[in-house]
Amino acid sequence: MHTAIVVFPGSNRERDAALALERVTGRKPHIVWHAESTLPKVDLILLPGGFSYGDYLRTGAMAAHAPLMREIKARAAQGVRVWGICNGFQILCESGLLPGVLMRNKSLKFICKPVTLTVENTATPFTTLCHTQQELRLIIAHGDGNYFADRATLDRLEGNGQVAFRYRENPNGSVNDIAGIVNESGNVLGMMPHPEDAVEELQGSTDGRILFESLLKAVA
Amino acid sequence: MSSSSASLKNDLSPVTLKLLAEHGMTRGEYDTLLGILGREPSLAEFGVAAAMWSEHCSYKSTRIHLKTLPTTGPQVICGPGENAGVIDIGDGQAAVFKMESHNHPSYIEPYQGAATGVGGIMRDVFTMGARPVANLNALRFGDPSHPKTKSLVAGVVAGIGGYGNCMGVPTVGGETNFHASYNGNCLVNAMTVGVVDANRIFYSAAAGLGNPVVYVGSKTGRDGIKGATMASGEFNADSDSKRPTVQVGDPFVEKLLLEACLELMATDAIIAIQDMGAAGLTSSAVEMASKGGLGIVLDLDKIPLREASMSAYEIMLSESQERMLMILKPGCESQAEAVFKKWELDCAVIGTLTDTGRIVCTRNGKTEIDMPVDPLVDKAPVYDRPWEATPAQPEISASAYPLPQGETILTVLQKLIATPDLCSRRWIWEQYDSLVRANTAQGPGGDAAVVRLDDSAKALAMTVDCTPRYCAADPVRGGMQAVVETWRNICAVGAKPLAITDNMNFGNPEKPRIMGQFVGAIQGIRAACLALDYPVVSGNCSLYNETSGTPILPAPAIGGVGLMPDVSKTIGLAFQSEGETIYLLGETKGHLGQSLYARELFGKEEGAPPDVDLKAERAHGDWIRALIDARLLTACHDVADGGLLIALAEMVIARGVGAGIEKTGPASFWFGEDQARYVFTTRNPAEIDQRAAAAGVFVTKLGVTSGTALTLSGVGSVPVETLRTAHESWLPAFMGGA
Repeated sequence: MHTAIVVFPGSNRERDAALALERVTGRKPHIVWHAESTLPKVDLILLPGGFSYGDYLRTGAMAAHAPLMREIKARAAQGVRVWGICNGFQILCESGLLPGVLMRNKSLKFICKPVTLTVENTATPFTTLCHTQQELRLIIAHGDGNYFADRATLDRLEGNGQVAFRYRENPNGSVNDIAGIVNESGNVLGMMPHPEDAVEELQGSTDGRILFESLLKAVA
Repeated sequence: MSSSSASLKNDLSPVTLKLLAEHGMTRGEYDTLLGILGREPSLAEFGVAAAMWSEHCSYKSTRIHLKTLPTTGPQVICGPGENAGVIDIGDGQAAVFKMESHNHPSYIEPYQGAATGVGGIMRDVFTMGARPVANLNALRFGDPSHPKTKSLVAGVVAGIGGYGNCMGVPTVGGETNFHASYNGNCLVNAMTVGVVDANRIFYSAAAGLGNPVVYVGSKTGRDGIKGATMASGEFNADSDSKRPTVQVGDPFVEKLLLEACLELMATDAIIAIQDMGAAGLTSSAVEMASKGGLGIVLDLDKIPLREASMSAYEIMLSESQERMLMILKPGCESQAEAVFKKWELDCAVIGTLTDTGRIVCTRNGKTEIDMPVDPLVDKAPVYDRPWEATPAQPEISASAYPLPQGETILTVLQKLIATPDLCSRRWIWEQYDSLVRANTAQGPGGDAAVVRLDDSAKALAMTVDCTPRYCAADPVRGGMQAVVETWRNICAVGAKPLAITDNMNFGNPEKPRIMGQFVGAIQGIRAACLALDYPVVSGNCSLYNETSGTPILPAPAIGGVGLMPDVSKTIGLAFQSEGETIYLLGETKGHLGQSLYARELFGKEEGAPPDVDLKAERAHGDWIRALIDARLLTACHDVADGGLLIALAEMVIARGVGAGIEKTGPASFWFGEDQARYVFTTRNPAEIDQRAAAAGVFVTKLGVTSGTALTLSGVGSVPVETLRTAHESWLPAFMGGA
């Protein structure tokens, strides 16, 4: 599987993502600076966690206007898998690739702790190896993970099975306990928790591996 | 001193006297300045000298004592005097670390004060070419009932998180205490650990006549002017009016600065580099030139400014954050410019190195500063301040505080574990990203944090410790105890302690009693470092931590760093499974002086702190480490605040595995704070007994892990969940709504 990680000024989990991708796919990802005009031909584009542009204005709002985002939208339309984790999820929402918005956590505090997710949709390329309602123990580390969308959008998301993951215990106030969603075609995933920090024993959980392994299977 | 200055001595104008007072410069120091210049200084020159000679920059009250600390050893690559200390961690790599205080700013403006403290210490580390891999902190707040305490905790914690999280550097450990002596003066000490290839370390000594001096980072503004001076005086009731002297941080710019500096450092363009911290451009320019034995010319018109009308004085003394000064190889300017442009940072060639030995600064075409560099550093005042030893406190008998009527050992445990100084700090550390960079093998809540090195099976272990109430009662023992507690915490995870950084937080050194606390603590730290081969490689002093004449409990916070050769051998404090034998290593005499048991149950803060047996500490630490290396232990925890039963409770709470304790004893056995002790578990007690006998160390079998309760023979039983609830509840309840 060929992969690219897009780095914005202020991204800070690109290394975690690169390590996880390399461990699971056996291949180093391309690291692409946001100001570059082209992306290499890849099977997966990953937007990593961090604080792109310092979270100024709104989380993800400035990065969503990076020149490279046009190319990413075009690739997504062609069916290339796009995966936004944490700040990457925020960027995908701001860019319109995913519906809804991520607001300040209900507690108004940054939260870093392990959470339990349930897999709600096993038909996406990110979750094919999971079984329905499988529990994944992953960490969250965010100040703005409180997912919100209007009623009509939520009905559509729920009706189409676009909710990929839910929190067992809602840590941040997200509507319908939503932890991650996919687009209608299922090739764009945004999620707040960090599967890239749960791929080896040292990290306390290896539950994140199954998402990377699912992708590997999907493109094989 | 020239005769002209002597004649001026009796002739200071009211304007000059006011300047002296505002800058905390003494009459004698001013006379020295006149002697150096042979004339009256310009305002900018005056400001430069006042900043360089402030307590904060010059260490004038502490220097002669700090010099007595051991700073060398085969593991030391660079000791105190650079931006941070550097130690050898093998395989061509080095760890770079330091701890620094931001006490005064954090009290005035907790969020920005704490945030810029974290930003400043990270710059100290990446200035040396190291990538920061972990942050820790030591926080002391006032009594929980004091009206400011809650908002200070909320602001400081949010500020530390706000900066460190954005930087993508995990905050992996720390400690927090509450005591009324910090009501008007909280302590915020931040530590950063970085990693660098040992042949790619960058230093600050300028070199190369004519080489360009380059400024990079945020624009210079009017924030933080005279910050170093503020940090060198006592607080009083109108301290809030000093808010404009607190800097404002921008972690996003610092993240860009970090990546840009490391990118440029991977080339050969940089000769020397220093961050602009306390006293800003003044200290960086003067120190770089002085270390290189050179002069420096700066065109202040070239400096990127937030406000065009800033004077030379303001530019030189601004403490705007996220700025670096570097000396480049000639011809490398455009290469540097390209890197900084990529990262959207301001950069400017602002001067050159000269052979005049003078710092010359022009503004609007006019020479505003023309002073010799060396005297600003070498003639900085050094004071041997009078000091008085702290009177010895009586030793308290182990039978002094029997259990109060109606209490059992277990009811007391449930009370103690829910007190502000012993309860869980989860509310704090869940606001810090402790996992970014994917290397955190052990984060907050353990003895030492363990962070794996990139692409390696090795890891660094790190911790911050100090027990201020011990230091107040006996500064020598207290200083020793702070060092040995870091030693124990690092050994308890299986790592070899290598070196420390010290952050000396004290009151007004002009008071002999306070100066005596400082001198005593240094004596204690020195003795412990020598006994453990555990040198000091960096440090920071914060004095004048007093408000309206009331000093803080002295806090020589120690940050320790150790090496874990094989991260897979790391163990934590949580009991792992049932049926394991629980041991106590070390002797228990039941030391109750300065114990939390006496303070929380009887309201007594009295007596001598526990004695520190440095030989036992070394022997026990070495023995424990060998057991962990042989994979004989499944959990290990040092015994500290609150004593043995607190340690046991933390071990059952961590994972929910209970324990049945057969060993019995009086309250002083369970809650005494004797040092050099560890609790550990093993599946191989026969081997432990044999090794203990061979090594001649004193171990006691306490019991066996079992069930989901903590059961004490002859006392009773308490469910782990009950203990957990007691342990976890206080801080969130106290901070409720904050």
